[in-house]
Amino acid sequence: MGKRSLAFNKELAAKILFALSASAAIIAVGLICVFLFVQGLPAIWNIGVINFLTGTVWQPTWNPPLYGILPMIVGSLYVMAGAILFGVPIGIFAAVFMAKFCPRPIYKVLKLAINLLAGIPSVVYGYFGMVILVPFVRENFGGNGNSILTASILLGMMILPTIISISESAIRAISSEIYEGAVALGASHERATFRVVLPAAKSGVMASIILGIGRAVGETMAVRMVAGNQAILRMPHEFLSGARTLTANVVLELGDAYGDHRAALIATGVVLFVFIMLINALFSMLKKKDGV
Amino acid sequence: MMRKKPVDFILFALTWLSIIATATVLILVVGYVLINGVPHIRPSLFALQFTTQNQSLFPALMGTLMVVGLSLILAVPLGVFSAIYLVEYAKRGSRFVKIVRLTTETLAGIPSIVYGLFGFIFFGVFLGWGLSLMSGAFTVSIMILPLIMRTTEESLKSVPDTYREGSFGIGAGRLRTVMRIVIPAAIPGILAGIILAIGRIIGETAAIIFTLGNVARMPNNLFDTGRTLSAHMYALANEGTHPGEAHATAAVLLIVVILINALSSRIARLIKAS
Amino acid sequence: MAKTNKFSLKNVDLWYNNFQALKNINMNIPSNEITAFIGPSGCGKSTLIKSMNRMNDLVEGCKITGSIMLDDESIHGHIDVNALRKRVGMVFQKPNPFPMSIFDNIAYGPRTHGIKSKFKLNDIVEKSLRDAAIWDELKDRLKKSALSLSGGQQQRLCIARALSVQPDVLLMDEPTSALDPISTAKIEELVINLKKDYTIVIVTHNMQQAVRISDNTGFFLLGEMIEYGDTQQIFSAPSDKRTEDYITGRFG
Repeated sequence: MGKRSLAFNKELAAKILFALSASAAIIAVGLICVFLFVQGLPAIWNIGVINFLTGTVWQPTWNPPLYGILPMIVGSLYVMAGAILFGVPIGIFAAVFMAKFCPRPIYKVLKLAINLLAGIPSVVYGYFGMVILVPFVRENFGGNGNSILTASILLGMMILPTIISISESAIRAISSEIYEGAVALGASHERATFRVVLPAAKSGVMASIILGIGRAVGETMAVRMVAGNQAILRMPHEFLSGARTLTANVVLELGDAYGDHRAALIATGVVLFVFIMLINALFSMLKKKDGV
Repeated sequence: MMRKKPVDFILFALTWLSIIATATVLILVVGYVLINGVPHIRPSLFALQFTTQNQSLFPALMGTLMVVGLSLILAVPLGVFSAIYLVEYAKRGSRFVKIVRLTTETLAGIPSIVYGLFGFIFFGVFLGWGLSLMSGAFTVSIMILPLIMRTTEESLKSVPDTYREGSFGIGAGRLRTVMRIVIPAAIPGILAGIILAIGRIIGETAAIIFTLGNVARMPNNLFDTGRTLSAHMYALANEGTHPGEAHATAAVLLIVVILINALSSRIARLIKAS
Repeated sequence: MAKTNKFSLKNVDLWYNNFQALKNINMNIPSNEITAFIGPSGCGKSTLIKSMNRMNDLVEGCKITGSIMLDDESIHGHIDVNALRKRVGMVFQKPNPFPMSIFDNIAYGPRTHGIKSKFKLNDIVEKSLRDAAIWDELKDRLKKSALSLSGGQQQRLCIARALSVQPDVLLMDEPTSALDPISTAKIEELVINLKKDYTIVIVTHNMQQAVRISDNTGFFLLGEMIEYGDTQQIFSAPSDKRTEDYITGRFG
């Protein structure tokens, strides 16, 4: 009996240990939310929600300081749109290629290449952007090269692996009967793939785009290294000028910010966090629908 | 071969062009960094002490190893135990499991700068750990937790139920079944996940510079500051005063990442073969 | 000589959530005999055998009522479930050796129940493999992975693994359904030889197998036990029309 209850206690202790570990994720999210919001929301309140979100001037050193993050919100939206423009079409066509057009012998190599693309650190992308893309844009399009355009191209590259892998598995998840049905009706391989299979994989492909957008909006180092970072409200035609994103705003100034300034940066982080959470919620909704 | 219709030909060509563009991106980035960087790799880059002349990456390399080691010590048991709970113990669809899944997905989606911000205000300021190995490793371990949980869960699920039945059938309890039968069978998958996590940590910058800091020396103790290879790379690129060393450091960083990738895909292939 | 009963089941009902998989089962299973459960798939025969060592506990939403007595002691009472499964060994439909060496597969059971001495383990491994009639084939490669064996060898290894903890009862859930005829014959011979030391309950979809090896047969249909008795009796002169239909191949 004594031995049995000892064994039983060991089982119970292990179960409790495992359950406690599983709550780590809950605790972490709780802490992140509490600390960001407790420090960020009062700052937004003090600055004024309207002043903060729609203020066009970010000048923490002025007296009185101005904390308007509209330029950064717009900056993030610009590079996000740019990344979609460059990354999404190439990503989807490449995913279709991987799922439906790829000759067998090169599939493995390409798969490795895409995985590697996903593994390259963002500082390396950023560095590549600095030394190659910035001069390229300067010489071919004008401006000084540190621009919304440069950041968009770089982000477009960086979200490719996300879009390709998730779209590819969404396309592969479509049963071959659907494809065969189309081909049996006389559709060519291309027509069956693009008119029947790809639309069937629509929500999975959308999910990959949304996840890619999340990556692009959350990307910090690479953008900060090529986007110029001026906290100035830009118009769409100024895509050859520099802009600052929400992420860059934090990474540029957090190191030597105190008091209200630091709180305003945390508040910037809160805006970014909420934005990303909305994107992720959209992603998991689509994922559930598609079962990818 | 039959001639394609024009529309079909355009679509066909677009898929090829897109994959070529993708491959070109990889070749450009990797090729440029390696071709320009490798010739600049010289012994002084690995000098024990960093000076403004040698721009040694050695302290950063050591800092990287320390952060990787410490975060794995924190995150691997936590992630593996969580996965064990979710797969082997929890009732499917229970409320607790749903919340764990939701929060894990949330963690996976948080951008690294937000981790940096949180690590800075929580570990650095609130707990008073400042810029230190502890702050850095704790922050990064939260970041890799969902990755380790997910890969472990998947490899636990891929262990056939017949193994569990065999073990229960002979009178082994759940703990023994999990520890002696399920985990050993799931080790390769767990390992592949850990290697992916190592890659994530090595490539991380935004979450590191506000928690570990970005000082070119090796941390002397758990509460000392330092830098990782990626942070070092960031500093070099921004200063712009040592282009040769920056090239070389980028190459070293990329080589490390390629090696890690090769290792993880080799293990993945091993899993498929067995 | 009066038979002693190893198991005795009274009014056993079993539900998977709202689905009733077993309906009012009453039966006695005699010691040191082979009892076969037959019936079409989904009739509850596997569910019943899994209730006898409480493997159904692992299935979410499974609920059981009535009493199952092992040597006059309820298996749902004070007895520890792991101790029960030590006494009531099980062999599964598909051979399921663990991904470890042959030796470690057999030693896993005794180690689980606290035997650590290398000397004793060597003894147990040899005896179990001999009892499962596979010692001569495997004695020179005990360190090899069990997964390298053929299907028939794997199944006999699993029988040896079940014997390693010295059970009283051996439950076998369609143990030959995944095997070729030669391996099947070997296992049947082995089962008959094991009868003198163990009580054996075997689920089979192969009626010839039931005739060849079992002393008693129970016929199940849609969760009910239609008929139970002496094997010769059941197969030569079944008393229920449905049993007759099944054994003459009219359905199932």
